[in-house]
Amino acid sequence: MTHAAATHHTSMGLDSRKMAFWAFIGSECLLFGSLISTYLVYKGRSVVGPYPHDILNIPFTSVSTFDLLMSSLMMVLALAAVQRGDMKWGKIWLFATALLGLVFLGGQVIEFTEFVHKGLTISTNLFGCTFFVLTGTHGAHVAVGVLWLLTLGTRALQGKLGPANAMTVEITGLYWHFVDVVWIVIFTVVYLIQ
Amino acid sequence: MPEAGHTGEHVHPTAEVYLRVAAVLVILTVLEVGVFYVPVFHPVLVPALLVLSAAKFTLVVMFYMHLKADSRFFSFLFGAPLLLAVAVMIALLFLFFGALTLRGTAGAG
Amino acid sequence: MSEPRGLKSWLTTTDHKRIGLLYFWTAFGFFLVGGLEALVIRLQLAQPNGHVVSAETYNQLFTMHGTTMVFLALMPLAASFFNYIVPLQIGARDVAFPRLNAFSYWVFLLGGLLLNASWFTGPLFHAGTLNVAPNGGWFGYANLTERQFSPGPNIDFWLLGLQVLGISSLAAGFNFIVTILNLRAPGMKMMRLPTFTWMTLVTQFIIITAFPVITVALVFLMFDRFFGTHFYLQQAGGTPLLWQHLFWLFGHPEVYILILPAMGIVSDVLPTFSRKPLFGYPVVVYSGILIGFMGWGVWSHHMFAVGLGPIADSVFAATTMLIAVPTGVKIFNWIATLWGGDIRGTTALHFAVGFIAMFIIGGLSGVSHASPPADLQQTDTYYVVAHIHYVLFGGTIMGLFAGMYYWWPKMTGRLLSEPLGKWHFWLQLVGMNLAFFPMHFIGLLGMPRRIYTYSPDLGVTDLNLISTIGAFLVGVAILVFLYNVLRTRRRGERASNDPWGGATLEWSIPSPPPVYNFSVIPTVTNRLPRWSTDRHGPIQDPPATPPAPIHVPGGSWWPMVAALGLPLMALAPLTHTLWIVFVGAAVLLFGIYRWAFEPFEV
Repeated sequence: MTHAAATHHTSMGLDSRKMAFWAFIGSECLLFGSLISTYLVYKGRSVVGPYPHDILNIPFTSVSTFDLLMSSLMMVLALAAVQRGDMKWGKIWLFATALLGLVFLGGQVIEFTEFVHKGLTISTNLFGCTFFVLTGTHGAHVAVGVLWLLTLGTRALQGKLGPANAMTVEITGLYWHFVDVVWIVIFTVVYLIQ
Repeated sequence: MPEAGHTGEHVHPTAEVYLRVAAVLVILTVLEVGVFYVPVFHPVLVPALLVLSAAKFTLVVMFYMHLKADSRFFSFLFGAPLLLAVAVMIALLFLFFGALTLRGTAGAG
Repeated sequence: MSEPRGLKSWLTTTDHKRIGLLYFWTAFGFFLVGGLEALVIRLQLAQPNGHVVSAETYNQLFTMHGTTMVFLALMPLAASFFNYIVPLQIGARDVAFPRLNAFSYWVFLLGGLLLNASWFTGPLFHAGTLNVAPNGGWFGYANLTERQFSPGPNIDFWLLGLQVLGISSLAAGFNFIVTILNLRAPGMKMMRLPTFTWMTLVTQFIIITAFPVITVALVFLMFDRFFGTHFYLQQAGGTPLLWQHLFWLFGHPEVYILILPAMGIVSDVLPTFSRKPLFGYPVVVYSGILIGFMGWGVWSHHMFAVGLGPIADSVFAATTMLIAVPTGVKIFNWIATLWGGDIRGTTALHFAVGFIAMFIIGGLSGVSHASPPADLQQTDTYYVVAHIHYVLFGGTIMGLFAGMYYWWPKMTGRLLSEPLGKWHFWLQLVGMNLAFFPMHFIGLLGMPRRIYTYSPDLGVTDLNLISTIGAFLVGVAILVFLYNVLRTRRRGERASNDPWGGATLEWSIPSPPPVYNFSVIPTVTNRLPRWSTDRHGPIQDPPATPPAPIHVPGGSWWPMVAALGLPLMALAPLTHTLWIVFVGAAVLLFGIYRWAFEPFEV
């Protein structure tokens, strides 16, 4: 991949793509901030059940949380491998990260299905609306991340990703870790503080 | 990256640091779940969970997203909107639940 | 190095100057559409019990007028200057991400077309034409916009169109933040940036923080309308107030998104035509930044009428009065810039001074809303309509026209006619005051906004007629401008590099600039590089021919292809056809992948 900014001198001595990506992450703070704010201001206002304490499965979600944390570890290990030119481990960690992301998504599918069976759909009550839209938006971000990681992994398999693309991997990592920290907040605010 | 060396501060932590941070993250998560289940902590459940969560958040951002070592400008690009989002959240909570606002006086909060 | 020509070269262009021109003409087209809508509204209101249009059509007209002017005219007209002028002012060859820039434009165009398609597509929804355009007002208050009260596709067009347009603004926001911070010429420190570029930067930060909030609000509304959620429904425990909070959390910063670029333009035009540096440049910059921050703390003043309680009312009244301070500071800076200057009364300066005068009136009526007791008398009356038009027409449009007359020679290579420009200015100034000043009285006399007609007993008949006459006068003024533009294409005087004696870098290169902009990237030593100061002489203009060959990036189809995916995805909910969403997503992904992996070098 060739990139416009990479070949230029930059005024701040910072990579342009990375800067744009941090600005994007800043923007995403407001997106998730609005979603979480809505969840909070509507907390306890549902007029019919099921309510959060009836339905949220803490042990199950703790495992998902652990899974996503570990995927973040895999991601930094992938970056470190690519940076030192170790493409064998770079590939392994990239695919491992994607795999853990898929596991998280699978967990979310199971969780959502179980909730629907227990009578909580997106239109049941305010808890359903705010819960599904918030965690669903997060899940969509994870899905995009998985697609992105698989793309990088495939490029690596084709031999088209090397240490020269370390910045691309780093930016992918920024996205992935951001999705992880959003989950750290959701896990606390939605699941643990009921 | 021709400009990777520009700032000279672009040193990424080693795998060992990454692993240590992961260990702390796991411990904090176990603590979170523990605080949730152990009744002794229930009076301080919310503040304890918020502190633990903030600690995890900070660790990931500082070490995995490299803000600790990277340009401070990136901290600004991330931190300023983050603070804004938190401020908006607090303001909305006040507006919806605060005393003397619409919902407070109506008793419907 | 010859410029590529032909349709393909425009469809695939990644040149910021061409994208700037595309933005300009598209946005100006939408500006004319929004203006026509305004004229029909004014025709309807010219007499009491008017029947030019039905109440239903009227609802669509005022909704589309507001939405078009805010999202399809004012923002993208400012964006055309961001695109064309900012890289030239900072001494860059293009923006940081030229293809992302093209993507922003195509998304904007397609989003605008999607919104306006609602005028004609009624038959596809088993309704007449002029039946399915958005009709819930530009701030689309829930729960009126819920399916229960607005069953047709009208609101769907609105919420989908705005979501698409938001993506365009966000992408451009990231692009220009990086461009301004990272692509500055050597020596162009932040406090040497031209004021327009500074205000552009502040605007982009507001955009990237405010647009996610309205996106979330629109997503909630979409889920309410399509998937049976209850985000804004009282009976399920929700509240329509959530919409108002989220909308105005976006909506008030949006006001500054609209006005800051105009303030930037005026801050560049005034020094040039008074031959004096901007008075208190750092103060103008800092007050712009302060406005950007404070703009986030005032949103609930749009909601005094819902009864937020005394504490919330007091806090938001105080913040609203406070934000007038940095704005007032700027006004004094502009006046002090003119004071004692070697003034040349060009059309651009006329518009810039007109901006100051009109914006003061709009600012004063704005401060009057800051007081909740006064605001309760003004909410939802024509007084608010008067205020918003003094700010957005008297302010933003005047500022944008100042920019057009100022930068037209740079963008087209020909000078607009000055006598015609003066005609345009005076007609527009008199017209807008005739149109909007009476609205203060119309409102205080009790005429509500958004009602399609009024009774002769209200005592506002004459004032409304005057307002209508003023609106048509503005229409004539715009026709004069269009004639001026057409005339200039053929017979306009050719512009030199620097027809005005400007201080900033865009005037150091040919008009219009060559594809590569600067044959040699200049090195900047002070804030007014092309003027002599006590310590510095003017810098050397770049040579007419580049001393070394300059590589200019080729075009790309993929930004446009990727952009096509978004309105396609929006068609799925509009037509209640699920599979279209997958087609749209596939097109978007295909475009993004080809884009990411094509060879493209700057």
